[in-house]
Amino acid sequence: MNAHDHAADHGPAHGGAAHGTLKSYLTGFVLSVILTAIPFWLVMTGAIDNRQATAIVVMVFAAVQIVVHMVFFLHMNTASEGGWSMLALIFTLILVVIVLTGSLWVMYHLNANMMPGLHDMREMP
Amino acid sequence: MLSRTITADTEPVFHLEEEHAHAEGSSTMLGFWLYLMSDCLIFAMLFAAYGVLGGNYAAGPAPKDLFDLDLVAVNTAMLLFSSITYGFAMLTMDKGRVAATQAWLAVTGLFGLAFLSIELYEFAHMIHEGATPQRSAFLSSFFTLVGTHGLHVTFGTVWLVTLMVQVARFGLIEANRRRLMCLSMFWHFLDVVWIGVFTFVYLMGMLR
Repeated sequence: MNAHDHAADHGPAHGGAAHGTLKSYLTGFVLSVILTAIPFWLVMTGAIDNRQATAIVVMVFAAVQIVVHMVFFLHMNTASEGGWSMLALIFTLILVVIVLTGSLWVMYHLNANMMPGLHDMREMP
Repeated sequence: MLSRTITADTEPVFHLEEEHAHAEGSSTMLGFWLYLMSDCLIFAMLFAAYGVLGGNYAAGPAPKDLFDLDLVAVNTAMLLFSSITYGFAMLTMDKGRVAATQAWLAVTGLFGLAFLSIELYEFAHMIHEGATPQRSAFLSSFFTLVGTHGLHVTFGTVWLVTLMVQVARFGLIEANRRRLMCLSMFWHFLDVVWIGVFTFVYLMGMLR
């Protein structure tokens, strides 16, 4: 194998954002419409009496829809770019989880514990 | 690949691992993906700020007083439609059909503009009602988060128009295909962020 052949191996056709097909785009679109419509319907009509339960269901739908977008629109898979894009995604997700849970957790407790009496508890997040 | 047989009597030769030639633009997609991941972290910070401050109304308007879910649903539909039309643009690009690609890109751009118009209308309406960014911590973080997303869509639209001019001038050459693929990732990524926005800001805000 000479250098030229080797370079060709790294061409755009090999990895990167794999091209979708009409079918994959339409599947992603239909799934997204369903996964968007249901949470909106749940919140707008208040179909579930319990607010907390509604919130959890809505969040689950969002998580599933994000995966759908990643797979069908962004064509994420473990093979693209030799796995590097998946590795970057996982690393980013870990950071995002740390940032979000860390901030919410710490700040909630600061709000709740540090200044008793100054806050109206009903306004707590 | 580089090693050659060394005759025994010569001094040892060290073969440095040669940086093999990369095809032009072969690493662009991965590099752009890494940029998107860093952008994702920016949004994570803004989501965290909103999550922390989103309940601090300072006796001002709460999400229920401000948000119009019908409008948000229309907005979400606009962004979703723009995602699928961009997908169609990519499919026609694969087939090398310049006119069809341009048409789908134009439709995508129009959906993007519709999204921005509705969002600006919403912002204007809120500010008119006195719900300005400086009213409360909730509104500061709301405008920062949703505004940053809107700014991304704005720049995406500018980029889209730029690429339409490029394609009109030079056709679907390799460089233009690569650029369109980058914008594709950017555009779909913005739709992913919007899922987070409409879920955490609008839907959860109405549930508060």
